[in-house]
Amino acid sequence: MKEFEFTVKDPVGLHARPAGLLVKEAAKFGSSITVSGNGKSADAKKLIQLMSLGIKQGMTVSCRMEGEDEEAACAAMQEFLEGNL
Amino acid sequence: MEKYTGKSVLKGIAIGRIYWYRKQEYRVEKVETADSEAEKKRFADALETAKEQLSGLYEETLARVGEDHAMIFDIHKMLLEDGDYLDTVNGVLEEGFNAEYAVETAQNQFAELFASMEDEYMRARAADIRDVSKRVIRILAGIPEDGILADGPVIVAADDLTPSETVKMDKNKILAFVTAKGSSNSHTAILARSMNLPALVSTGISDWEAMDGKIGVVDGFGGEFLVEPEQELLDEMIHRKNQWVADLKALEQLKGKDNVTGDGRRIDVFANIGKVEDADGALEADAGGIGLFRSEFLYLGRDSFPTEEEQFISYKSVLEKMGDKKVVIRTLDIGADKKVDYFHLDEEDNPALGYRAIRICLDRPEIFMTQLRAIFRASAYGRVAIMFPMVVSVSEVKRIKEIVGQVKQDLSAEGHPMGEVELGIMVETPAAALISGDLAKEVDFFSIGTNDLTQYTLAVDRQNQKLEATCDTHHPAILELIRMTVENAHKEGIWAGICGELAADTDLTETFLSMGVDELSVSASSVLKVRKAVRDL
Repeated sequence: MKEFEFTVKDPVGLHARPAGLLVKEAAKFGSSITVSGNGKSADAKKLIQLMSLGIKQGMTVSCRMEGEDEEAACAAMQEFLEGNL
Repeated sequence: MEKYTGKSVLKGIAIGRIYWYRKQEYRVEKVETADSEAEKKRFADALETAKEQLSGLYEETLARVGEDHAMIFDIHKMLLEDGDYLDTVNGVLEEGFNAEYAVETAQNQFAELFASMEDEYMRARAADIRDVSKRVIRILAGIPEDGILADGPVIVAADDLTPSETVKMDKNKILAFVTAKGSSNSHTAILARSMNLPALVSTGISDWEAMDGKIGVVDGFGGEFLVEPEQELLDEMIHRKNQWVADLKALEQLKGKDNVTGDGRRIDVFANIGKVEDADGALEADAGGIGLFRSEFLYLGRDSFPTEEEQFISYKSVLEKMGDKKVVIRTLDIGADKKVDYFHLDEEDNPALGYRAIRICLDRPEIFMTQLRAIFRASAYGRVAIMFPMVVSVSEVKRIKEIVGQVKQDLSAEGHPMGEVELGIMVETPAAALISGDLAKEVDFFSIGTNDLTQYTLAVDRQNQKLEATCDTHHPAILELIRMTVENAHKEGIWAGICGELAADTDLTETFLSMGVDELSVSASSVLKVRKAVRDL
């Protein structure tokens, strides 16, 4: 299992657009990817769950990858979150 | 050729294709099915079609306006690929129910999830869930999309149009309205006037299907609707239409001129608007300000209350458009006659005399305060005045001022900048006119709403077609109420305007000037007509 934390810098938070892109990114990997924050957890491959976390600017989220390609998934998710949120 | 007659709403001529606007009142039925596999197949097919439509919309929008606007269709498509959403639909299908019901169940469940979130942005996403679910349901049921599907501008023909239907229509696609029902004071008529479009109501036409797609002429001067006229007549109508357009152009010459009579009397001519975009029309018509900004558009044609943020953005954009010109916003004026299900208003035998407008606002201050907060926050961006509809007593005004005081205190504690805001009332009940001397001590201005004032004074329902003759808007009782209201306003040093349909009646312009009316607020299309009447005096 791999895990990292990330603080959201985007002023609108995890809104539809980045959530949609995040789902697409997560779907590239076989590992299960979970995003937790704001007291809830969501499957990163499910858009509605991700959006319903209600993640806003300044909140810290943790991202957990588990599976065969977790190393690659972790690197990709880290890069995605830094670049988009 | 077929010829129909109706009541004309605006003296103008429109020529073009007829578009039959069909009602889309589709209700999902819950049906048990024996073959759940067949329903699953139906759902899977509809899902594919919906996704294809969305991809098409994405590509088209991407090519025409760019990625930012196109993204929403991609998000919609992803919602249809969401595992949880599909699980819910499939769960209901497994239980042996029909696909339409299964999709509606998922729609309600997830729309509810978003609607209950704290974040306003996320709450608004409930609309996306509904939008995309309705797309699938429409495909399943084989019904076409809402709205005007024609490519070019058309004459919109329908039995009747509700306010929420007309607000949703794309103005650029409408040449004129023709309806079977409705009176010349109905909502469709008022809307047509504000959009400067010819309209014919109360035509009694029932066979829309036969004329759908044919060439039609709406003659607002003669109150006639011609379907497939002979070439000779068509040519004549084209000539008359060009004449009408030329006359309109002549009025254009009055832009930038004062509203002042030959002997130097002056009056403000403002515009009535019902939507943010209408502010463009008001500026285009050279209105001195907005004398009535109906805020109902924010509430109609949707499933939940507009948020403070949504309202703030709307008010702010109108104020910014209008620059240093005054904008008078009328607070929520809704009752049982305007269908807004999420207000949960009871059916009433007599909605005009019922639980409506300021009565709802004072009874449910949370709705009122959201609107007031949005307006006061927007006040930092322009010159705003607020007026309250349906007032009948001084105690109502005192209560309104308490709530306003509270809102201002909260906002300033939260650090929001605010501008100076005039507070006024609509004088649209005989009661308000009769006690206008007392009311004038409490407010900064009066705006006389002649439509309601007429119906309450003459006891005539303005939507009732049979009473149009009785509905004499020049009745001496009404003119006397207007006169005393203006007089009482001036005694207390406040201004008084007229914002009903009567304000645009140029037969009365002289009368209003002699009463000392300070402002007339009319539809954008009448601004220059009224200016001409003033200047001709």
